[in-house]
Amino acid sequence: MNIEEFIKHIEAEFDDLKPGVLKADSNFRETFEWNSINALILIAMVKTEYDVTLTADDLIKSKSVKDIYAIIVNRKS
Amino acid sequence: MALFSLPGIKISGISAAVPVNKESTADYKWISVRERESLIKNIGVETRRVAAKGTTTSDLCVVAAEKLMDELKWDRAEVELLIFVSQSRDYLVPTTACIVQDRLGLPHSCVAMDIGLGCSGYVYGLSVIGSMMQSGAIKKALLMVGDISTLTTCYRDKSTYPLFGDVGTVTALEYDVNAPKMYFNLQTDGSGHKALMIKDGGARNVMSRQSFEIKKVGKGIYRSRLHLELDGIEVFNFTLREVVPNIKKLLANTGESLAAIDFVVFHQANRLINETLRKMLKLEPVKVPYSIKDFGNTSGASVPLTMITALKESLETGQRKLLLSAFGVGLSWGSVIIETNRICIPELLEV
Repeated sequence: MNIEEFIKHIEAEFDDLKPGVLKADSNFRETFEWNSINALILIAMVKTEYDVTLTADDLIKSKSVKDIYAIIVNRKS
Repeated sequence: MALFSLPGIKISGISAAVPVNKESTADYKWISVRERESLIKNIGVETRRVAAKGTTTSDLCVVAAEKLMDELKWDRAEVELLIFVSQSRDYLVPTTACIVQDRLGLPHSCVAMDIGLGCSGYVYGLSVIGSMMQSGAIKKALLMVGDISTLTTCYRDKSTYPLFGDVGTVTALEYDVNAPKMYFNLQTDGSGHKALMIKDGGARNVMSRQSFEIKKVGKGIYRSRLHLELDGIEVFNFTLREVVPNIKKLLANTGESLAAIDFVVFHQANRLINETLRKMLKLEPVKVPYSIKDFGNTSGASVPLTMITALKESLETGQRKLLLSAFGVGLSWGSVIIETNRICIPELLEV
């Protein structure tokens, strides 16, 4: 489990996201169209791949891909 | 723990009636074309049926019940139990089931009552009707499950308007000592009751002039306090947290395995939720039928509607073991394992 793999999982879910564009420091709200459906897609992927539940509050508090990944790592340990 | 089994109850038939009026997500002009495409792809709704103003859930259920009883050649005088599960009743007072008893010409010896559940309604309805038939005194019963959800969604609320569709369903049940047992696991968590809610119009918040005011709640979301509000992420996470453990506990308790189940019929919440559940349970797509594409989220009726529209031929021609799982408003959820044997399913009716 590492952040590169996490980014690959995100890229696999969002068709509009070209591989390589999203980086650990990227602000996910600005890198691809951010709306409630995309929030659900991200939550579903994280639950399926990592068995971690992201809340609405987690997403509000997170800015970058790294922030979300940190939450996953934290809940996994 | 609400894990229990009910012997001696047979499902004889299921039917449904939908409004003839169709709305499609592609034409939903409140949101951009791009958002519409995303909705179709991820939420899975292409078209929905929308009832004309004044058409009630019971109107749809009555049409479906007349057809089903005709095909089953049931004598109306023998039907002694009618349960109407809905969140869109005809009147605040009286109970809709009483009106339907009379409209269908059921006898005065008939027990009739409403249950006010939504998404979980079919599984709960089966458990109540099955329990009441246990003594064998009641031989024939009707379970009506349906909703006109489109009445309480606001056109300018993209989180609810393009999701819900209307339908009325009827399931005919008979007391039969040889029928295989139904196995249930039912659960509730009312701490999440605000996740799906209509705030005003009940006794807690009596309807006032302010109830009608449409206010902006978020981007693309406007509604009044008489409209349904839905916290998408809250409902999504509740579903991903509770449904799989509920099913696993039911399977463990009954000694059943998913491999022995022919079809797992989920409440049609949205495609993303249901596909995630399917993957969590490692189920093949062929085992998990859908009706959300053509009918949207049809509340408590989505399980029987999916059985009718996606499994008609299979259920009519042989013996099948099904796991039905429904979850949502309340929050209320449950699953049931049933075995069916060549049940009667009339063609979907349009009203």
